[in-house]
Formats: sequence, structure tokens, C-alpha cells
Amino acid sequence: MLHAEVELKLGDLDLRFDLRADDGEIVALLGPNGAGKTTALRAVAGLQPLDGGRITLDGTILDDPAAGTFVPTAERPIGFVFQDYLLFPRLTALDNVAFGLRARGLSKAEARARAQGWLERFQLTTLATAKPRALSGGQAQRVALARALATDPRLLLLDEPLAALDATTRVTVRTELRRHLTTFDGARLLVTHDPIDAIVLADRLVIIEGGSVTQMGTPADVTARPASRYVAQLVGINLLHGTARGDRTVLLDSGATLTVADVLPGREVAVAVRPQAVALHRHQPEGSPRNTWEASVTDLEADRDRVRVTLAGPVALTAELTPAAVAELELAPGTPVWATVKAVDLTAYER
Amino acid sequence: MTSRRAVARRKVHARPPVVVIPLAAAAVAFLAIPFIALLQRAPWSDLRDLIGRPVVTDALRLSLTSAFSATGIALVLGIPLAWVLARTEFPGRPLARALVLLPMVLPPVVGGAALLFAFGRRGLFGGPIYDSTGFLLPFSIWGVIAASTFVAMPFLVITVESGLRASDPRYEDAAATLGASRWTIFRRITLPHATPSILAGAVLCWARALGEFGATVTFAGNLQGRTQTMPLAVFLALESDRDAAIALSLVLIAVSLAVLLPLRDRWLAV
Repeated sequence: MLHAEVELKLGDLDLRFDLRADDGEIVALLGPNGAGKTTALRAVAGLQPLDGGRITLDGTILDDPAAGTFVPTAERPIGFVFQDYLLFPRLTALDNVAFGLRARGLSKAEARARAQGWLERFQLTTLATAKPRALSGGQAQRVALARALATDPRLLLLDEPLAALDATTRVTVRTELRRHLTTFDGARLLVTHDPIDAIVLADRLVIIEGGSVTQMGTPADVTARPASRYVAQLVGINLLHGTARGDRTVLLDSGATLTVADVLPGREVAVAVRPQAVALHRHQPEGSPRNTWEASVTDLEADRDRVRVTLAGPVALTAELTPAAVAELELAPGTPVWATVKAVDLTAYER
Repeated sequence: MTSRRAVARRKVHARPPVVVIPLAAAAVAFLAIPFIALLQRAPWSDLRDLIGRPVVTDALRLSLTSAFSATGIALVLGIPLAWVLARTEFPGRPLARALVLLPMVLPPVVGGAALLFAFGRRGLFGGPIYDSTGFLLPFSIWGVIAASTFVAMPFLVITVESGLRASDPRYEDAAATLGASRWTIFRRITLPHATPSILAGAVLCWARALGEFGATVTFAGNLQGRTQTMPLAVFLALESDRDAAIALSLVLIAVSLAVLLPLRDRWLAV
């Protein structure tokens, strides 16, 4: 279990928060750029010493400036997956994974044999002799994950693990990453600025704003009850629960059916929909997209230059429109509308 | 990612602005004309005989020995210094950097004189060393090597320092999170990442050491077979035997090209 009470000043950043992550738990630090998320991870890894507070892992003090205790990075039982992965460019995939084992005193042969086992676990055996520049983003991420896990850490830290990927590979790599993360039994702490990544990957969200925590809770809690306007903007995402069926459709608990781009068959799933992805029409749209249903407006809330429109109907969700669109559609509480969402805008993941 | 793009960019053929072409041509001409003049005066028929003379072979042996030795010493001492300058903060850092640059801007004769006051028979350190051991640095091959190292090491230090500054220190962080000790990180991450700049710095250092004249003649003297390197031999021969001077110059040019040409495109395009 990780317990980090962090007090840290770095330039304009004043980081001050208290964070716990239990074994088996995936915690996502979510916040805008410059909020101090990466610095928080670096502090836990010992790459950035604390000014005050204390970091303990499984009861061992790693950093406690008041007591003069500081365990150097190399001696902390921590795996770190960096943004851009930072695979050593001159080493093969195999030697990248073997690096930590070599550094911990294993012979070259022994380290390579164990690294080979890790490559097998991550379906990377055919790439053992490849140099990092020959790997795709998803492959590089798996090598980075294997490298971080090979030293058998008690805590896994991931800094923006999906930011280096393009939009098309991102969805599949995210699903894959979630599967791999669940095989690790220590605590996992992950930093991201993308609310969908955080919601899909994490058991618990910690929202960091300007160096301090503004809200924590399960993805369902935080998205349903955002504590501030900022959090609402950041994670104001519709989460719909249902059961996946083999034919790429999801039967929602409310009884409606959604068509998604790809899904794990026959499981309990959640579907995340960004409010911006929901389109509203006054009449049934022509050539109608598959995810179309009738709804009625229950509430309108102006938020700077956007209007959040709450809808009731077979699929209860929130849409976000421009004030001009709201005026053009003449929306008011009680207005009947048709709502549509494209299949590619639905992110389905196992619950 | 950026480095990969930089490689790709090399393939784009840029069309230079009109003024660039004649100026570039003038630069090439200015560099080429002296060599053409030298080649035109070369005593081609006697060349084999001239090159075989002891003055030439002695000087060549001494020059190569001292240039490679100076480069070796500069690598051993200069890489750690470059690392300290690039990666650490300490109060005397600006002073240390200025000291590194000083031999580059100073006339080498001044460097030679300073070496003499430090390591000469009655020098600050040279005196006590001579009195207790009988060892004398000046007017020996050790003096030649010391003088060459003094003027050439700064080229290695500043090249490696800028190479280290340009490399991403987060790779070293990554190695630390994998349990690597500071020495392992230095050996397996820092040095390999700095290899291009180390090679470039070593070549510049070697070239500077090979051409060293002023500090050597001041500190080590001009004794054939002991301290007379190629540049000294060329200078001396210009007074007495012009053909020998040209022959020595040609040998020096050939040696320089043999070292620089294979390395240029691979390592010096930093």
C-alpha cells in the first residue's frame, strides 16, 4: 500500500496533497497540464525529493524530510512507465527488459532468460531482437510495461501511458493496457490528462488542480457528482451500464440497445460517451444512424460558451451544444428531440 | 521522435538563396588554393626519398604518439569533467568553464610558458618533483604530450559537454527506476548516449594535438627524435630545405585526411 503525503515546491508549482493507493487498486491522477501530476509521480519514485510530508510503501518510509530519511530511486521497489516510454534506443527489446535484472545483479544469461519470459507474457517474443525505433507505439508500450514489471516492483507508476499513441491505436492499446494492469497485484498509480483513459483504466480517480486534490472517488461517483464546475467540464462524461452481446451491441440496464465500434462479448460493460459526441435533432434524422432514440430535454445549463443539455428517455445522458445550436433547435425543458451518437464515439470497456 | 524527424529532413533538397552560392564558392576557393599551391610546388620525383629521411620518420612517429596519447588522456580526464560541467551545479562552475576555454583562446606560446613555470625544472610543481625523483617533464616526449593535452583537451570537453546537455536526462531517470547504480547509469546509459559527441570531440582533440606548435616548442623544445613533431619539423625545414618542408606537409595532410574523411559524415555532422 502506498501512502503519499506530498509537500513540494517546484517553480510556480506548489504541490500539497495526501494520496493512498491500496494493493490491487488502480488510481488515476487526472488533471490539466501543469497541475503537478507528473511531479507527484516523480516524487513517489524518488526522482524529486519532497520538501515536507512523507511517502511510505508497505510501511517502509521512502521519503521523510523531517526525519532525514530518503531512499534513493534505485533502491525503491517501484516500476515506472514513462511518457514516450523512454526505451533505451541502443538496446534491443530483450535487453531493455533485462536491464533492471542486470542492474540488480543477475548474470547476463539469467537476466535474459527471465526477460524472455516477460516478452512471452506480453506477446513480444518475435520482437526480442528489435531496437525500440522499429517498434509501433503499442509494442513499445508493452516493452516498457514488461521492463517496469520485470524487477518485481511493489508499486507501478505510469505517466501518460497512452499520450504517445495516435487516436486509432489508442483504443485497442487502452483495452490491452487495462488487461495487463489487472495482472499486477501491487498498487498502480497512473497519470493522465484524458478523462476517458482515467475512467476506463482506473478504479479510483483523483482530480488534481493547481497542485492540490479537488475530488476523489470511483469513476461513477466523480462523473455523476462532479464537485466543481471544473471537474464537471473535465469528467462530465456519460457512463452507461449494460451487458455486451456478441454482435457489437450493448443492452443497457435501462432496456435500450447501443451499437459500439468494438466490444468484449458477453460481459458486464460500461459505455462512456462524451457530451460533445451527442447530436440533437428536432425531427427523426434521415438515413438514421443506428444509435438514434427519442428523448426529452429536462434541463439546460449554460457553462461559459457551451450549454449542457440533460436528456430523459430510453438512454439518459447529457449533451453539450453551442448556444447557437440550442437557439436554432429552440430547446427548452420539455422539448422532444431525437438524439444520435456515432458508434465510434462510444467507448465500451469491461466493468 | 525529433531525432528521427531530423534524419528524414536531411533528404529534403533545399534551394539556397542566390547570394549564398558565390560566397560558398569563395570560401571553398580560399581553403583550396593554398593546398593547390603546395601540391604544385611538390617535388614529386624525390618524394619517396624525402619521406624516408629520419627527420621525417622521427617527427611523424613523435607526432602520432603524442597526438594519440593526448587524445587518450583527454578522454580519461575530459569526459568526467564534461559530465560534471553538464550535470551538476556547484559554486565554482563558471570559473571551471572559463578555465576550460582559456587554452582555446590563449596563444599556445603563453600556454607553453605557463606549463614551464608550473612543471619546469624550477617550476611550482616541477621543482619539487625533480628534486625528489629526478623526473623532468619539459624537453622530453612527456613534455610534448603534456603540451598537446593542455591545448587540445578543451575541444573534447566542450564537445562532450554540449552532447551531454543535448541528451535527455530522463533516460538516466528510467535507468534509476530500474535499480541501476550511478556508476551503471554512467557506463550503460550516459556514455552510450554521448558516443557521437565523444567521437567528435576526440577527433577535434586529436586534430588540434597533431597541429600543436606554440606550446610544444616553448615547453618541450625542438630536439629531433625527442620533441620535434611534424609542425616543428616543417617550420624548421622551411628555413633550410624547402622540398623537405613540402614533403613533411604532404605527409601531414595525408595523415589528417586518412583520419578525418571516414569519420566526417558519420560522426562530425552533429
